[in-house]
Amino acid sequence: MSEAAISGAGTMPGSSTLVDDWSADKQAYHVPWGKAMMWIFLVSDTFIFTCFLTGYLHVRLTTTEPWPLQSEIFALSFGGDPIPLILIAIMTFILITSSGTMALAVNFGYRRDKAKTFWFMVATAAFGASFVGMQAFEWSKLILEEGVRPWGNPFGAAQFGSIFFMITGFHGLHVTAGVIYLLTVAFKVKKGHYDKKGYEIVEIAGLYWHFVDLVWVFIFAFFYLL
Amino acid sequence: MSSEAGQQHPLGIYYKIWILLFVLSSFSYAVDFFNVQGGMRWGLVLLFMVLKAGFIVAIFMHVVWERMALVLTILGPPIVLLLLIGLMTIEGNYTSGTRYQYMGHDPNAVALTPSDLHGGEHGEEGEHAEEEAH
Repeated sequence: MSEAAISGAGTMPGSSTLVDDWSADKQAYHVPWGKAMMWIFLVSDTFIFTCFLTGYLHVRLTTTEPWPLQSEIFALSFGGDPIPLILIAIMTFILITSSGTMALAVNFGYRRDKAKTFWFMVATAAFGASFVGMQAFEWSKLILEEGVRPWGNPFGAAQFGSIFFMITGFHGLHVTAGVIYLLTVAFKVKKGHYDKKGYEIVEIAGLYWHFVDLVWVFIFAFFYLL
Repeated sequence: MSSEAGQQHPLGIYYKIWILLFVLSSFSYAVDFFNVQGGMRWGLVLLFMVLKAGFIVAIFMHVVWERMALVLTILGPPIVLLLLIGLMTIEGNYTSGTRYQYMGHDPNAVALTPSDLHGGEHGEEGEHAEEEAH
């Protein structure tokens, strides 16, 4: 279609081509639409988590009270001397393990091995659930034993509590949603819902799960280690 | 169309990346365990973080095998966030500088620890100064 033919008299030059391009029904992403949509959701989620972490950066830079020492607050004792940050380290390893089992589930999905896909997804969800359980333990320890509140804590800067509850809470919510999502897809895989449609859905669920692990990489570094 | 075959890759690469992520996480934890402080701590933690994030996005999320249009959609917009982080760092440093100057707080104050509060044996391990005070 020639440009001159489309652009009506009096309209801004270029506006017709803009409309044309965006309404031309062309495919920009050569992936299943569900996968493109999941990626766009994950990019927007990246913005949300980065805004939280940037808020944390700013609060931590500007507070005039000393920032509590995470290494000691998150230490845990198994009978002997407290081991610094050990619970967080275990949670990190659990999430990485779950990312590995998820990657295998995606792979077996494309091989159309329904049984293995199902069990690896269930294992991933189980690791995720245990992660949330440990987080619940960590929260209750901090709230009940250490007296950390969103508005204050006995160690130092008051903002420590609000940042901790907001960021780990929002991440924990993502993990919980992911567990439900994975179990839903896993049981549909088992029932053979995707035999005809194809197993992209396992990869799409996997993208979400790896993203949750990815966010934890940044939380682990910025909130717990630095 | 490549998408119909889906993202199919040999299992070996997943195992290798999986092990690598474990190793990198252990290194991150070791930084804290051996109480590395100062610029070295920041450098190591950020290095291991970037490597871990990179391998998850590239291999587990299959971004290295995607077409350029999708890769740029994923990795392009978040670059704006680096600008936000940079601006907030500058602004935050300025704000904290003026607060210390005019409000008279001690920039070298050290936070309390659980052992201080619960009256446990006062181990001398809690005496490391926070590097952000500099």
